Amino acid sequence: MSDNKQMTTPSAAGQERAVLPAVDVFEDADGITLLADMPGVPKEQLELKVEGDSLLIEGCMQQPTPEGLEAIHAEVRVPRFRRGFTLSRELDTSRIEANLKDGVLTLRVPKHTHAQPRRIAVTAG
Amino acid sequence: MYASLLNYPGNLLGQFERLRRELDDVFGVPDLPGSIRSVTPGTVPAINVGRTPASVEVYAFAPGLDASKIDVTLDRGVLRIEGERTSAIPDADAQVHVYARERGAGRFARAISLPDDVDPAKVNAQYRDGVLQISIARRESAQPKRITVQ
Repeated sequence: MSDNKQMTTPSAAGQERAVLPAVDVFEDADGITLLADMPGVPKEQLELKVEGDSLLIEGCMQQPTPEGLEAIHAEVRVPRFRRGFTLSRELDTSRIEANLKDGVLTLRVPKHTHAQPRRIAVTAG
Repeated sequence: MYASLLNYPGNLLGQFERLRRELDDVFGVPDLPGSIRSVTPGTVPAINVGRTPASVEVYAFAPGLDASKIDVTLDRGVLRIEGERTSAIPDADAQVHVYARERGAGRFARAISLPDDVDPAKVNAQYRDGVLQISIARRESAQPKRITVQ
């Protein structure tokens, strides 16, 4: 599957270390869809922030662990995902829809209706 | 509590360990002593393994799967996790532009060898928030016992 390396986002002051989640981004006529892999993140630990034209996705893993658990092998060592995107003007940030299922975040950012492509009828004259 | 699964227990060289990890983040050096079935870092699904006196816990970070289609087998001490993920990206056509395709799709399989003292009859697997947790009980003989002094 993907080669999701544990790339970490440059940590700004006061920010905890975080891993970049792998994403799929595609656009159709009505808007942009973004899918992000965030395994282990429950809904309560997911944060989506839109400020102006920037979108920030952040989530913290939370898994039930039995008492006295001690690690013998660890590939995932940073329990936090963070990734930011810059949106553009034709996207309607007030109508973003988000869904988190089985560790996959699906975001749908629709375009403003006036920004959707229209076919312009050409009349012969 | 979950932190214990993400970090090795602190030791005298904890500081160096941390520095080494930070360097590994920069240079991408595979940094763990490798088992024969180990794979390059970045292979999906990533796996964490932990141990308690009573069980061995395996966490496979495999988001977006159908739980009923994950295959978990335990054979002669080797735990094998197999599955398949379908891509969410619609087929390319003139209307759809794909900008990022980082989430892998397709079949995957990973195998890890478990300690000798696990009891293959007592396995429990659960899929939650995209993480598959497999809990394998350890044999009673492996569990710590209190010995009464006479």
